[in-house]
Amino acid sequence: MGNAKGKVLILGGGIAGIQSALDLADLGYYVYLVEKKATIGGVMAQLDKTFPTNDCSI
Amino acid sequence: MVEAGRSPNIEILTLSEVESIEGEPGNFKVKVKINPRYIDPAKCTACGDCAKYCPRLAIDYFNANLTFTRSARIDLPQAVPTIYYIDAETCLHLNYETCMLCTNICGPNAIDFSQKPEYKELEVGAIIIAPGFGPVPQEALEKFGYGIYDDVLTSIEVERMTCVSGPTEGEVIRPSDFKHPKKIAYIQCVGSRDITCDRNYCSSVCCMYAVKEATIIKEHEPEAEITLYFMDVRTQGKGFDEAFRNFVEKYGMKIVRARPPKVEKVGEKIALTYVDEDGQRKRELYDMIVLSVGLSPPKDAEKLASVFGIDLNEFRFAKTSTLKPIETNRPGIYVIGAFQGPKDIPESVMQASGGAATVSEILREGRFSSYIVKEYPPEDLELMSGEPRIGVFVCHCGVNIAGVVNVKELVEYAKTLPNVVHAENLTYACAQDALEHIKKKIKEVKLNRVVVSACSPRTHEPLFQDTVREVGLNLALFEMANIRDQCTWVHADNPEKAAEKAKDLIRMGVAKARRLKPLVLQRVSVTPTALVIGGGVAGMVSALSIAEQGFQVYLVEKEPELGGSLKRVKYLISGENPQEFLKDLISKVENHPNIKIYKGAQIENISGYIGNFTTTVRIGDTSEVVNHGVVVVATGGKEYRPSKYPLDGKKVITQLELEERLLENKDLDKIKKVVMIQCAGSRGEELGYCSKVCCVQALKNALKIKEIKPEAEVFILYMDLRAYGFYEKNYFEARKKGIKFIRFTNERRPQVVEGGVKVYDMIAGEELFIPADLVVLSVGIVPSEDQEAVNMLRIPCGAEDGFLMEAHVKLRPVDTATDGVFICGLAHGPKPLEEVISQAKAAAGRASIPLAKKEVEVSPIVAAVEEAKCIGCGICVELCPFTAIELIKVDKKRKAKVITAACKACGICASHCPVFAIDLGGYTKEAILEQLAGFKKEPMEKVVEEEKVEVGN
Repeated sequence: MGNAKGKVLILGGGIAGIQSALDLADLGYYVYLVEKKATIGGVMAQLDKTFPTNDCSI
Repeated sequence: MVEAGRSPNIEILTLSEVESIEGEPGNFKVKVKINPRYIDPAKCTACGDCAKYCPRLAIDYFNANLTFTRSARIDLPQAVPTIYYIDAETCLHLNYETCMLCTNICGPNAIDFSQKPEYKELEVGAIIIAPGFGPVPQEALEKFGYGIYDDVLTSIEVERMTCVSGPTEGEVIRPSDFKHPKKIAYIQCVGSRDITCDRNYCSSVCCMYAVKEATIIKEHEPEAEITLYFMDVRTQGKGFDEAFRNFVEKYGMKIVRARPPKVEKVGEKIALTYVDEDGQRKRELYDMIVLSVGLSPPKDAEKLASVFGIDLNEFRFAKTSTLKPIETNRPGIYVIGAFQGPKDIPESVMQASGGAATVSEILREGRFSSYIVKEYPPEDLELMSGEPRIGVFVCHCGVNIAGVVNVKELVEYAKTLPNVVHAENLTYACAQDALEHIKKKIKEVKLNRVVVSACSPRTHEPLFQDTVREVGLNLALFEMANIRDQCTWVHADNPEKAAEKAKDLIRMGVAKARRLKPLVLQRVSVTPTALVIGGGVAGMVSALSIAEQGFQVYLVEKEPELGGSLKRVKYLISGENPQEFLKDLISKVENHPNIKIYKGAQIENISGYIGNFTTTVRIGDTSEVVNHGVVVVATGGKEYRPSKYPLDGKKVITQLELEERLLENKDLDKIKKVVMIQCAGSRGEELGYCSKVCCVQALKNALKIKEIKPEAEVFILYMDLRAYGFYEKNYFEARKKGIKFIRFTNERRPQVVEGGVKVYDMIAGEELFIPADLVVLSVGIVPSEDQEAVNMLRIPCGAEDGFLMEAHVKLRPVDTATDGVFICGLAHGPKPLEEVISQAKAAAGRASIPLAKKEVEVSPIVAAVEEAKCIGCGICVELCPFTAIELIKVDKKRKAKVITAACKACGICASHCPVFAIDLGGYTKEAILEQLAGFKKEPMEKVVEEEKVEVGN
């Protein structure tokens, strides 16, 4: 489907991979986000709160 | 996370791994193996019955192995995708061909044991690797008694304990007796800064996260006594020192500078033996020890390297360079996040956006060629115009809400409210399955107003608005009742009153929803050009990236030449040549057809809003007007000159001045003894903050002196030697080469005196005099003085440090509060060159989004002026913090007009208008009065009538 030049593969669905995927999708690309685990989120999803705003990390 | 799950342009392949890669930039063929989930995603409703009935216990990795889960499971309720899976390693059927209970229990028949691994060949133009970090080696943990004594835990285990949805529901308990520990110690640098386990680098994040965790423990257990054992306190991130200080003071945590070499069990307690800074041997007993574990390379780093064809560095992380921080050795393959080197969340996010920008440069021709446009169904006008039919969804938010108030009761209550035709509970309203359920109910029950009673509109309103849009409802017909942040979180100690308040909030939300009206969605076209202010490295890298992505850039530099602060940096600690890089960058920028440069120029005026800015650039006697869609502010920083030191440019100089001398080999023969003073003027002396780069700069110059003149004696006086990340190796090298390090405290700083430096030595317990031919001050960085553009754009600056403030310190590190305005480089805060480059790329990536889209969707929830009522007084124009209101002439009369694309819906104008001519979409006077009336619990019509009379009067 589509043109290879319009698609990007990202390995890793942690915060870096997700942010990159969102930006690339916003820039007009189709992204394959390849994650080893059953859910994306990575280590950040395991954190209860993040500093210093103590926002929920999900 | 959920946003990624909802994007039609992000295809998430879970349980997947990359097997092989062939090809080149623009045309890679990637073979991906997708392991079976054994549950059909199309059928699974995430009801959880499979997990409930699964008899097989499995260790719960998501909860840091602290508890058990089942073979059939979901890792967390908000998982994306929200689909259960069967763990092939433990499942009874897959290993022993027995059981199959889940198959029988699953209502929608989603269990499918016949699934086999699937192989896909994907064709892509570029690849980004972000596998994160791995666990520290077991021996690094065992050294501190982990795995030997029950009450020695890792920081990630404690992180899961402090989480209310974690294995202990937010309680911190010691594993040996399940009691709450009263005395806790954190040991830093476990699996970091330790050559014995092959980790001669600093993990950069542990000092800060340890304090965060300790703070959360203190919130749960105010009586707990917490001691943190540091070697150096490396909180070099922006605002981190301040946060560290505040939390340590507020919670009375104890800081000890030592690395306890001995951990042993004494009765029910754990004893730490260490030598403190005065050289005294000490022993302390604790109930629990927490190991601040570092960030290691992924376990399969070598495999990743061979599959992707990339090199690793000596620490087994991906190899990159200072000047190309996100490029691997293989063209078209980039690396971001912790695999590039240990880093925190904001830096990972920066690199992520930077990686996106870099890909967008090389694939500019392919943009939108494979893109799927998200389309919403037409709005159901008939449904929306009818009598309000309100649906109320009450979220449990795990135990965040349901643990304090009875959510079932809230639902029953909601059902009694006028116009509510449907009410129910949802465990996590934001989870993907719950969102699907809300959509289903809107259709089934013909809801035309939706009230979600949950966390906070601040974080989740856009998600729910988008959800109702997907089934044809106008997003303004959605309302949120904030029963978590403003109720159960703050009144957890008083559940009865909290329940009352939750009811009040729901009643008010429903009341407001009755008066909500659909709002028209607007789109604003974007001028596809960017203005970059500042021609230093940050500005140039950003400009070049935007230009390479295919957009016109106007680059404004106040000096007659490009280059900025980097002009003074003569060499890098990595051995790379910054001046060659700079020369090359300037030549690329100057010769780029998409970049127009204004040198010796100033910004005279900036006005407008995202998509449509107009700027007047003054160059000498002439000026030019440019139109642009976005702005990148990279106004840089400069060396701070502390007043408390006798800087004379001869015997007392700064590191940058030393660098020039070293390069030119000037007066070096006279120098035999050099003393460097770190934090000169910084970290509580004149400036409050840490400038992040000066420790490494000192190491770099000290090593250079040793290289040129090995017999020279070099002292570095420091508070915390912040050689974070891989710079630790340079610190190690410096010590090996005989450079002497002496620590001082903020209370007793070294003094520059005739012929040398006086410093208090803690081990000797007396003041030392170190004779010196040359004293070098490591001074901080302050923002540049040229703040006119910043002021015109109304970008907020840090009250203490004056650096530009980002929209969110963690998740939006290059965005500002104003849409279309981005920041990077030293103007945002002190940082080393590789971080400046990553951040500049990130700003270029984020700024190019509206340029690529060619239009932006503007929130319909904005202020609107009723022209007939407006008297043109201009109060609103003065008060608007976003310059979103202008005065126009209508039939020769002055009238206020809202620039909808710039409006942030703060409501200041509406609340100050003397003639009530301004209303805020979604927050109309009518709706707010109805909401207030709802609070009174009286029949609404009556109160509204009364209020109307009052307003009329």
